[in-house]
Amino acid sequence: MKALQIAFKDLTVLFRDRTALLLMLGAPLILTVGLALISGRMSGSSGPAFQNLPVVIVNLDQGVVGGQLADAFSSDELDDLLNPQTAEDAAAARALVNDDKVVAAVIIPAGFTDAVTGAKESGAADRIEIYANPNREISSQIVTAVVESFVQQVELARVSGQVAVEQLLAAGLINPQEAAAVGMRVAERSVSAQNSGAAIRLVSAEKSTEPEQDFDMMGYFAPSMAILFLMYTVALGGRNLLAEKETGTLGRLVSAPISETAILGGKLLGIFLVATAQMSILILANALLFGVKFGDPLGVAVLILALAAAASGWGILVAAIARTPGQVSTIGMALMLTFGVLGGSFIPINNMPAWFNLVSKITPNAWGIEGFIALGYGDTLPQLAGTVAGLFGMAAVLFIVSVTLLRRKNLMQG
Amino acid sequence: MALILEVQDLVKQYPGAAEPAVNGVSFGIRRGEVFSLLGPNGAGKTTTIGMLSCLLKPTGGDAIVDGHSVRTDPEAVKRLIGIVPQDIALYPSLSARENLRFWGWMYGLGGKDLARRIDAILETVGLTDRGNDRVDSYSGGMKRRINIAAGLLHEPKLVFLDEPTVGIDPQSRRNILEMVKALNAQGMTVLYTTHYMEEAQELSQRIGIIDNGKLIALGTLDELTRLVGRQDEIELKIASEHAGPELAEALGKVKGVRSARSEDHTVRLVADDANASLPEVIGVANARGIKVIGIDVREPNLEAVFLHLTGRALRD
Repeated sequence: MKALQIAFKDLTVLFRDRTALLLMLGAPLILTVGLALISGRMSGSSGPAFQNLPVVIVNLDQGVVGGQLADAFSSDELDDLLNPQTAEDAAAARALVNDDKVVAAVIIPAGFTDAVTGAKESGAADRIEIYANPNREISSQIVTAVVESFVQQVELARVSGQVAVEQLLAAGLINPQEAAAVGMRVAERSVSAQNSGAAIRLVSAEKSTEPEQDFDMMGYFAPSMAILFLMYTVALGGRNLLAEKETGTLGRLVSAPISETAILGGKLLGIFLVATAQMSILILANALLFGVKFGDPLGVAVLILALAAAASGWGILVAAIARTPGQVSTIGMALMLTFGVLGGSFIPINNMPAWFNLVSKITPNAWGIEGFIALGYGDTLPQLAGTVAGLFGMAAVLFIVSVTLLRRKNLMQG
Repeated sequence: MALILEVQDLVKQYPGAAEPAVNGVSFGIRRGEVFSLLGPNGAGKTTTIGMLSCLLKPTGGDAIVDGHSVRTDPEAVKRLIGIVPQDIALYPSLSARENLRFWGWMYGLGGKDLARRIDAILETVGLTDRGNDRVDSYSGGMKRRINIAAGLLHEPKLVFLDEPTVGIDPQSRRNILEMVKALNAQGMTVLYTTHYMEEAQELSQRIGIIDNGKLIALGTLDELTRLVGRQDEIELKIASEHAGPELAEALGKVKGVRSARSEDHTVRLVADDANASLPEVIGVANARGIKVIGIDVREPNLEAVFLHLTGRALRD
């Protein structure tokens, strides 16, 4: 009971500290909004981060293949992803990119169909040009991926046509004069078949066919920033543990009829409660203010508890290692930034080397962000068992180590 | 009278320190008395209080509070004592009431009983109207009073007040001294540490003088002053500097005056009883036409006792 009362007191004291509140709640929300603005998420839509990307198509080719590529951009499958428009000449299209009106210009050169089918010698001038907007790097890469996918299908069709003609010639079913026309018809059919869906879906198959699993980038930024500043909060909690020794309140507690275990338990519980409250408020605020969909509420709640426990473990460990409240602040800030980088709070770490991803597992950030992303994609609590177990495991190890160190430190002795 | 606290050869040796902070201190406190532990900064007063309040583990010796040992039964001791630390051990962002409620909880109080005690103690320390204000909005004296209130809330049998008047204005100091007297009048036993001899003289039935971790004297004010002899000091300020030696020689022959010496415009006398000798002293000066412009009489005090025992002033 006394441990709960100590924890409640710590919660009250921390939530009366305006500076701490600003850093615990204000800073992560502001940073989330800032990152969302940079990513384009806050443009008024609450839908997926990448949709209706403006792209301009210039088709200078008079043949079938160029026409099919131009048509592909207007296909139903890419309707949500792309917002294509056409231009008569390449210069006008490039101007639109330069003016940041579109994410990329796709310029299909004259004679592209003849070059692809072998009707003429292929050269540098026959390549499709993608004039990308450097300010919309990811969006323009999506456009590039659409074009590359189409070109791969065309190449596949060309080879198919060539093989078919050779076999027909060998079997004596067509004569050499008919070969070019037959090959062309096979290739056209092949490209048409590919364009019926499969080729385009390759680019954003999961997202375009299952809109309910769209992942909102805010679903990444919001928990990332919340966890980043969670590390600040737990370090503050650890700092307060040592500060109470300096101000004399810890001595007064020790002189009261309370066991040292209850005092330490109360202080640890206080850090955990503050961390839980902070995460809950931030997740709720992001959901209510910005319409972020975090997914399964039960999964979110359990993940918050697991994260608060693991982060609290780190906060207490810092308090156990440091000698003064000032040292806790310094180490805590360093830990917050290091974990932010390692754990993917600043930039996603999916594409980092395997060793980096392995090291990141020492941070609550990596586990937490992974969990929130999984929930955002529609996972539920049972599928999150590994993440939650990992975080609680981390908490258990850190608590045991920290309490052992704190007891050796004779913190309760004046 | 029965002892509520019996300190037996208490020792505290900090690791790495050359000398013990407290070195074989023994004394007893009677039920219902105010006992002052007087000594300069660093004498070992706070370390002694720390061991008596179970905050520090003694290296040697023991202390028995109402039959319970601080070494073997600290939980029972903690329930009997109240501690008012030298530091303001409160939470600044909480109000006085919230602080008192928290410390009440820590002593197992709650509900209406706790609310009643909070009202009563706020009344005692004169802060009823400021009870809902945050402690960080208080003056130093007000903080000191709430610091004391937090130590008294559970109505302990024995309260330790560790230098409760350090760093506050004279009016707040006076309030605290009157509060201690009032609490003692209600039957509370008080162990009061201070380096202000006037406070020890005013409040205490008995005084222990501590220096360099050792208790060097113990007794009532009278018993202690007897250590330096029952002699008063008379200081005469005279208008003429040159008349000093002549006057000192004449006053040395006055009955009851043990010694006389002059220094600039001052003549200092040591007398058995200042009140008895003073009329003749003034008469001798008048007879010689020496104008006396000021008289100061000093009775023996704890400062003199400390000087006598250690060769140093109390505030050195």
